[in-house]
Amino acid sequence: MTFRTILLAGVALAAATAVQADTAEKRIALSNNYAGNSWRQAMLESWDRVTKPAVEAGTVAAADSFTTAENQATEQAAQIQNMILQGYDAIVVNAASPTAINGAIKEACDAGITVVSFDGIVTEPCAWRIAVDFEKMGKDEIEYLKGRLPDGGNLLEIRGLAGVFVDDAIHAGITAGVTENPGFKVVGSVNGDWAQDVAQKAVAGVLPSLPEVAAVVTQGGDGYGAAQAFAAAGRPTPIIIMGNRQDELAWWKEQKDASGYETMSTSIAPGVSTLAFWVAQAILDGKEVPKDLTVPFLKIEQADLETALETTPKGGVANVEYTQEDAAKVIAAAGGA
Amino acid sequence: MKPDSLRVLIPALSFAVLLAAVFWLQPRAMSYLGLNLLFNLAVPIALATIAQMLVIAVNDLDLSIGTFVSFVACVTATFLNDSPVLGLAIFAAAIATYALVGVLIHLRELPSIVVSLGMSFVWGGLAVLILPAPGGSAPPWIRALMTAKPPLLPMAIVASLVIAAVAHLIVMRSSFGTALRGVGGNARSVERAGWSVLKLRAATYALAGLFGVLAGVSLVGLTTAADANIALRYTLLSIAGVILGGGEFTGGRVSAIGAVIGALTLTLASSFLTFLRLSPDWQIGAQGAILIVVLAIRLVLNRQERRG
Repeated sequence: MTFRTILLAGVALAAATAVQADTAEKRIALSNNYAGNSWRQAMLESWDRVTKPAVEAGTVAAADSFTTAENQATEQAAQIQNMILQGYDAIVVNAASPTAINGAIKEACDAGITVVSFDGIVTEPCAWRIAVDFEKMGKDEIEYLKGRLPDGGNLLEIRGLAGVFVDDAIHAGITAGVTENPGFKVVGSVNGDWAQDVAQKAVAGVLPSLPEVAAVVTQGGDGYGAAQAFAAAGRPTPIIIMGNRQDELAWWKEQKDASGYETMSTSIAPGVSTLAFWVAQAILDGKEVPKDLTVPFLKIEQADLETALETTPKGGVANVEYTQEDAAKVIAAAGGA
Repeated sequence: MKPDSLRVLIPALSFAVLLAAVFWLQPRAMSYLGLNLLFNLAVPIALATIAQMLVIAVNDLDLSIGTFVSFVACVTATFLNDSPVLGLAIFAAAIATYALVGVLIHLRELPSIVVSLGMSFVWGGLAVLILPAPGGSAPPWIRALMTAKPPLLPMAIVASLVIAAVAHLIVMRSSFGTALRGVGGNARSVERAGWSVLKLRAATYALAGLFGVLAGVSLVGLTTAADANIALRYTLLSIAGVILGGGEFTGGRVSAIGAVIGALTLTLASSFLTFLRLSPDWQIGAQGAILIVVLAIRLVLNRQERRG
């Protein structure tokens, strides 16, 4: 799903949000464990922006968000138990731990509450999971490069923070992609820790030892740093995959205007909280929803760049809010009705 | 009124006021199920608070209890579940380590804050080694125990009453308890009376270790799985619980019943703030404010009692 189609669907649906009688009495709560970075802040803002009109339109009776003061599983478990007492019909949760709040989740399910976890998902079987397919994200990068460089070429891989499963998953996807397309060869690999300054230093350190690099595969938050390192070394700029950060998009726009530079950008939108909201609403509405759903990536292509850059705040991440219709599509894709 | 009963009276009163406020905000809490949801996560905190109280009774402070409970939780969700004998052996070794720490602190006259801070990294490291990624599963018997539905009173309340009664018997009614509080009050005279302060301190730490183990096991009974960082908050919560429950940092002045009430009050305070729909930015501050108000009331009452 591209940025533009999501945006268009959003505009179309905002005008046509109908009153849903079936869930008009239902109350949904968001249990969030952490609000200390720009991604989470954007996530909470998206929740408010989408759920307020939904409450006003009478789609649901309430959609309150709660964030624990400290990022601790025991505190979030207590918070969820409080939500059970408050009588919410559904709890949407971004969990501090995939396992440590399972007891509280089970209590909620036993009390007849629908629990939908997203981003930080939980392993308790009674809850729904909206997970991110990071492996596919890595594979998609190679797929895109295959279209741009049919003959293949040398790749530089920038990895994330060592030891975190997200890094392993994206790396596995990239490795699988390269195996399927033997024209590509990973000639260097560095850890950029998803931070522009770290990525820049790491790439600058490894560049002198590398042959010509055709493309850089990344994990997000590291593309701008890589570009700076290539420029400082006086080497031609390869195709650098971007990760939806505002500084990356701004750099891409500059290059595009100057020399017609082309690339693509992909990451998870913080607005995934709103997808979880609509999924919870659909379950309350009695729709058949499979327990495991996958978040679509937010992909920005050459044509969408200007629109995406305009709507992304400085220092922030490109975002998109999901609509009821988007949620229906995600559910259908997973085999539900 | 005797100072000892006053020590318990103020925490009990503040608990009652807070409970009334929660019932008023959220009448659904006024039921068997509601009370259990409100208090079941306070059970492991109460056990950790008793562990901390024992250490505070001998004028020491344990900064490792949070990571220790996390470590125990990881062992419970893995070894205790897969091979109970090995799990119990690990617990025995952990309790022995706690006793050794007590011996070390006593013999070398080391500040307990420094030693236990060091130990917190040891326990934290072991927890990550045992469970590098969150997971494991709770032994069925502890899950059954923690989710049991006894008649009349919910499990959380029954467990709290049992913990308070047992800890009260140990600390206030047994000769060991008297000597233990004596070490905090005047170690010299306890020694002159023929007790070995070294042995007392080792036993106190071992007992604290035992309560720490119980805290970890009961926590996994509630959560069904573990995480290496599951109980980091317990260090500060347990200290706050002891002080809120009428204990003091020096002089062996502690109250077991007060400590349990203190742990319940802290749990209740955060629920109260959630029900108030207070923004998370203010919650930690508000929790601190509740603590300060209770302590201020205690100080004023203590002073008046001394004058009268």
